[in-house]
Amino acid sequence: MIPLSHYLIVSAALFAIGTAGVFLRRNLITILLSVEIMLNAVNLTFVAFGRSQGTVDGQIITFFVMTVAAAEAAVGLAIVIALFRHRESLNPDAFTSLKW
Amino acid sequence: MFNSVLDAIVPMLCVTLAALAAMGAEAFRGRGERMPIGGLGIVGLLGAGISSALLWNRNASSFGVIVADNFGLFVTLVLVVVGILTILFSSQVVERDGLPAGEYYALVLFAIAGMMMMATASDLLVIFIALEVLSLAVYVLTGIRREDPRAIEAAFKYFLLGAFSSAFFLYGIAFTFGLTGTTHLDRIGSYLAAQSLSDNPLILVALGLLLVGFSFKISAVPFHMWTPDAYEGAPAIVTGFMSTGVKAAAFAAFARVFLSAFEPFSADWAPVVWWIAAATMILGTVVGVAQTNLKRMLAYSSIAHGGYLLVGLVAANQVGKAAILFYLLAYAVTNLSAFGVIALLGSRDKPNDELRDYAGLWQTRPALSALMTVCLLSLGGLPPTVGFIGKWYIFSAAVGAGYYGLAIIGVLTSVISVFFYLRVVVMMYMQDRGADAPVVQINAVSMAALTVAIVAIFYLGILPTRVLDLATQSISTIF
Repeated sequence: MIPLSHYLIVSAALFAIGTAGVFLRRNLITILLSVEIMLNAVNLTFVAFGRSQGTVDGQIITFFVMTVAAAEAAVGLAIVIALFRHRESLNPDAFTSLKW
Repeated sequence: MFNSVLDAIVPMLCVTLAALAAMGAEAFRGRGERMPIGGLGIVGLLGAGISSALLWNRNASSFGVIVADNFGLFVTLVLVVVGILTILFSSQVVERDGLPAGEYYALVLFAIAGMMMMATASDLLVIFIALEVLSLAVYVLTGIRREDPRAIEAAFKYFLLGAFSSAFFLYGIAFTFGLTGTTHLDRIGSYLAAQSLSDNPLILVALGLLLVGFSFKISAVPFHMWTPDAYEGAPAIVTGFMSTGVKAAAFAAFARVFLSAFEPFSADWAPVVWWIAAATMILGTVVGVAQTNLKRMLAYSSIAHGGYLLVGLVAANQVGKAAILFYLLAYAVTNLSAFGVIALLGSRDKPNDELRDYAGLWQTRPALSALMTVCLLSLGGLPPTVGFIGKWYIFSAAVGAGYYGLAIIGVLTSVISVFFYLRVVVMMYMQDRGADAPVVQINAVSMAALTVAIVAIFYLGILPTRVLDLATQSISTIF
């Protein structure tokens, strides 16, 4: 029996990898994938907690999260395509028409 | 009403049905045929408003996760006002910019339905889903002018940081679920009150992650980076919509989660929110002074207004909670009207949102300049406008709860903010209109909506008692 803390450590590591990817990667598609990794890290957390409590709630919540992630990916990719048509580039450093 | 399990969701059902009808109308619309799709949206919103009024004081609840308590209904009514004003201002913008009417109004209505759900949800998971429903619609609205590279860039920045912050918010829900075994706010509250979890670091992790998620949505410092870009790039009317509607919904959920479920831990989160509120007020005001683009300036001003709302949240006494609700209404009407004026003055090729575009505006458009002046004075908090009453109650709540520091910062930043609001007024009245200044046509519907909004600003500024009583009533049922 693997203890709960192991699952939590793995999901925290995944979440950190996703967060780092959003900041460090220089390609819009990879950045979107990093966000998906973060959401999946959260899914793992939900399943692990649900399992340790002996209920299926955690796994049911995961379905909601997966649906939301799919909808988010659809909108995100559509925006990336529209952006690509203007700039012919996927490098976020190229998008500087708005600046603070 | 029907006294059924559906009661509490009737307002958002009305709006959703109107949105579906708008989508259907767009699908069956012939090429070049004109349809009053916006009117459809207004009918749905009026239905939502009437049903919320009927649900008042009834504490209806649907499926155990949506509660139409007075607090949620008050915010629902604010959202109805936001929706109707947005649609009225949009009537001109949609035609002028050649936006796809059906899609535009359907997205606005779906976003409002999501906001209403967020304001009335009593379960963290439902709050998350509502947040996504409204965010996805608003991301698309931000980039609805696909041919404008700035709008698309704004949409992407907004989308990326929004999705990123949603992940944090969700991670916070996961830890809360892990600790308490539920995502229902009432049960979380009673669990946290009964157990002593104060030595458990995970509860602080959960609190922190939820706080980060909410701070992104209300664009509180240091999570405000997306706000100026998204607000500047989006079409002005969409900016007005998202700076008021999204903020109202997010604050309603924020208050519900932190003042009811996580109330036992207020000693842990209140100092953090204190600093966030102070930083938000100061940064929003100070950076706002340096802006030359009106939309960007109002973006920073809306950051600062988020800070004032946070002051009410920190104070968390009866006056403070009622003041949050009143301020949300005041801010919604005022800010939306200001962005409405900006949207009406734009043209298809040029947004006309630079400060210099407003030079001598009163010579060509005296009525519009006067309306804009009232909006800006109300945002700055000058009597006898509603902005003054809102700030008065927020700061008196802070003083009443002993947060003198916050009240002083709030008053000082208000004074500084008057400087950049008045700069626009000076521009409009004391400069000469350039020869190349744009001339725009404004339709009667938008002008009528603006006039009504201005009357509301003065009415609420001079006779606020009725609405304040409603706000006080609203909070008495849940906190």
